[in-house]
Amino acid sequence: MTPQSSFMILAPIDPQREAELRRLLASMNDAPGRVNANNRLIPFPRFDTLHVARWLILDDKTIDDGRVYGMPRPTYPLYLTFLGDVDGGADAFLEELAARAPVGLLALFSCCKGFTPETDLVAWMKKHTIPSAAGYVNWRGRTVRRVREEAALREALEQHVQSRARDLERVPPREIHATLRQLVHVDIAAGRLTLSAEGPTPFKWWFGNLLHLIGVPLLLLLASPLLIVVAAIGLVRLRRLEKTDPELCARVDQAYSAGLALLEDHDVSNQFSAMGSLKPGLVRLWTTIFVLWALDYGARHLYTRGRLARVRTIHFARWVFLDGRKRILFLSNYDGSLESYMDDFINKVGFGLNLVFSNGIGYPRTKWLILDGCKDERKFKEFLRRHQLPTEVWYKAYPGLTAVDLERNARIRQGLDSSSLNDREAREWVALL
Amino acid sequence: MSTQELFGVTRGEVDYGDVQGLVRFGYKRMSEASYALVRVKSVAAARSWLRSAPISSAATIDPPPSTAMHVAFTATGLEALGVSASVLAGFSSEFLTGMTEASRSRRLGDVGSNAPPHWEWGSSGSVPHLLVMFFAEPGRLDAFVQRSTGDVWNDAFDTLRRLSTGDLGGLEPFGFADGISQPAIDWPQQRERSDGHIAYSNVVALGEFLLGYRNEYDKYTDRPLIDADAASAGLAAAEDAPEKKDVGRNGTYLVMRQLRQDVRSFWQFISRHAGADPAAADTLAAAMVGRTRAGDPLVPIQDHAIPGIGSQPDQIRRNQFTFDQDPAGVGCPFGAHVRRSNPRNTDYPGRQTGLRRLIAALGFGRNRFRDDLMSSVRFHRILRRGREYGPALSPSDALAPAPPNDPERGLHFICVNANISRQFEFLQNGWMMNTKFSGLTGESDPLLGNREALPGCPVTGDFIMQEDGGVRRRVSGLPQFVTVRGGAYFFLPSLRALRYFAGTQR
Ligand code: HEM
Repeated sequence: MTPQSSFMILAPIDPQREAELRRLLASMNDAPGRVNANNRLIPFPRFDTLHVARWLILDDKTIDDGRVYGMPRPTYPLYLTFLGDVDGGADAFLEELAARAPVGLLALFSCCKGFTPETDLVAWMKKHTIPSAAGYVNWRGRTVRRVREEAALREALEQHVQSRARDLERVPPREIHATLRQLVHVDIAAGRLTLSAEGPTPFKWWFGNLLHLIGVPLLLLLASPLLIVVAAIGLVRLRRLEKTDPELCARVDQAYSAGLALLEDHDVSNQFSAMGSLKPGLVRLWTTIFVLWALDYGARHLYTRGRLARVRTIHFARWVFLDGRKRILFLSNYDGSLESYMDDFINKVGFGLNLVFSNGIGYPRTKWLILDGCKDERKFKEFLRRHQLPTEVWYKAYPGLTAVDLERNARIRQGLDSSSLNDREAREWVALL
Repeated sequence: MSTQELFGVTRGEVDYGDVQGLVRFGYKRMSEASYALVRVKSVAAARSWLRSAPISSAATIDPPPSTAMHVAFTATGLEALGVSASVLAGFSSEFLTGMTEASRSRRLGDVGSNAPPHWEWGSSGSVPHLLVMFFAEPGRLDAFVQRSTGDVWNDAFDTLRRLSTGDLGGLEPFGFADGISQPAIDWPQQRERSDGHIAYSNVVALGEFLLGYRNEYDKYTDRPLIDADAASAGLAAAEDAPEKKDVGRNGTYLVMRQLRQDVRSFWQFISRHAGADPAAADTLAAAMVGRTRAGDPLVPIQDHAIPGIGSQPDQIRRNQFTFDQDPAGVGCPFGAHVRRSNPRNTDYPGRQTGLRRLIAALGFGRNRFRDDLMSSVRFHRILRRGREYGPALSPSDALAPAPPNDPERGLHFICVNANISRQFEFLQNGWMMNTKFSGLTGESDPLLGNREALPGCPVTGDFIMQEDGGVRRRVSGLPQFVTVRGGAYFFLPSLRALRYFAGTQR
């Protein structure tokens, strides 16, 4: 199995060159929200391990929210960030990136502070890499290559089914399965289809993952006596804070929201980028750290097969701390429109939303960290929209395919791999077509 | 102790006299109707007309009236009437931006031949200010309209469009029984308001259809709340902010879209696919709609009752069903119009309780491909109040080629909802136009789809019917049967708000 990894490069923009940077980024699109895959700067489709990628300027409109706590207006640099999710290791990808798109990267990164034409690209990117506090991958081990092969497989099966509709009528499912399996084997033999075997799992990754799987609960167990005490005190304190923390959920400026909408709904999937500042104080900080840590653990070991709790529409997502954990960035790739994404979340994993986001300044009032909060739907939607950032450039390797499509195709492939299915399995398999 | 006291809130009984009757009644008896889309010519005259217009309330009258009139405003209309910017700012952004914003068009499927520049009304330059709706019992409409639109009316308004409606005896132009399933509004506000509904109910919170009341989230939808002064003295106080006057209370939003139906193309396409066999054609058409032409559902009636569908045998026969009995989409295709527009699902699929519910909520347990693909329908219901237009054309007559000047047929689609983005737009975007609805791919609503290609999805004009244990049947190449000809978002005010907009006699 080839695990996925993520990369994220973050660097302060040279204020002199912001306008130029924005122009360059815009030049990578055919129209706002529609990347030109063959743009001159970064030829995304040529990286066949790249799932999704985006460029954006972290222009946080909520930077001054701390004023509700009497905090002075902070001065953060304006960052450029470039991030994506790839098959295999991130370092290998960055090297490939530098080798294939040196000119484009140079042009873009030259707009950042401290980057000169002489700078070693790979070293600079690695130096400016910033880790996620938590990450989510819809289906671990599903490579871009597999996505493409399985989509082609489905396409081929559709055609076989269509051209043989008569032969397949009133035929028991197991026979349908056998017939189609035969046809696919012919396609493979003739080189019309490829279904690559899964690559080997890198030992180092496997071992590290195993250690993490066992080590984290073990550590928790060891630390539990202390943790319980701290958690109890923290929770009492938190409950008190919850009662007074101010909400900032006013209606979002129409023009700002319209600008964001312009970038959305060009594909069946969308990007989402948002940032905000953490509420002041250690209780909030440590709650966030702990929650994200737990989320990361869950995503790494429990939610690796197409579902984040009940949500089936997220391809990749991550949370990143910035500026000494004062600010947090959330980035995701999801299916459907923003309204349905938000509804899906509120109704299916409202508790999770509250856990993760309620430590941000202005979040709708929660109770015991998981109750209420986003259940105040209008406030929550305004809150999110208010923190959303325009994603200047967004690429997805497989436009037109949702995470559910990918799951269907994977199930089709899986069913085809087994030489004989029992009646129920065959029935379910045939229904996927 | 009553439930109201229990929850620590006082819920006023609804003042039906303040609600426009359209929210409560469909006016079946008043089979004649016409809609005037007008622009304000003279503000003073418009206000004067509005002050004296006999707008019908939702109060029941004995004997029942033989005519009814309703009025609704676009955002530009309210502006034209002189409603202040600060009041306007309290309305929802969908309403303020309007239906034709480019990003919104993309979501609503208003692209290609549906795109606003092709519309007869509602796109830039032809946005109506007011929608005035006239309803009357047979033979009374003309006189009623004439009586209501005298000199003051002529001074007040320029008529942008006068839309007539037809009465096809309970059928829509394709020939299917319509108006069978509607949400039952929880007027007494006694709906269970807990989280986690596990049984489908047709009773929907009042706040989903009227502003100023609690919605399915048990919250109040945003609307203009203003300071009390002489002008706003007649308005009701806000339930959730008693010191404020509630411009929205007892009002709601009205979505209107003129949808042209190509009845000939519909039946000709279906007949071709059914090998010219009328019975097979009926079956295929029924699969697309999700009900037979007579209106019967395609899945069996269930034993246990569904709150809010009524208790008459006829109501049970037509609405006591969910799609739980048809998880494989064999009885009613997943993509059928009524299955898309109301999947009749719940907050948690599979009626789980206790520990199993917790396991399901965390995303564990048995995960089948089709499980849990849709969001819970109780947040996405609409109240349909549309009427058809154009002369009848039977399915068999529709097979003949169109004569020259074949009259246009279609639906003046109208729906009422308190939150346009979560209700109408979600339904239209997430379920009707979505080519990925319910795990499908390559098809949008068989009736409404625009069949436009999307990036990576060249084909959106399929229709799939699952077979029991066999390979699905696929109908490909569905043409566009329905074309958008106009549309706008309106605010349907309470009678108090209407008087507030119209101002007092000066
Ligand atoms: C010309 C266009 C349309 C035609 C011919 C049409 C036709 C029908 C028919 C025949 C029914 C079944 C009767 C019933 O359940 O009352 C129905 C139901 C329904 N339609 Fe449409 N419709 C159209 C447009 C729309 C649009 C634009 C929407 C919303 C976006 C919509 C939403 C619904 C809903 C919510 C139901 C009720 C489903 C249920 O509760 O079971 N329809 N329609």
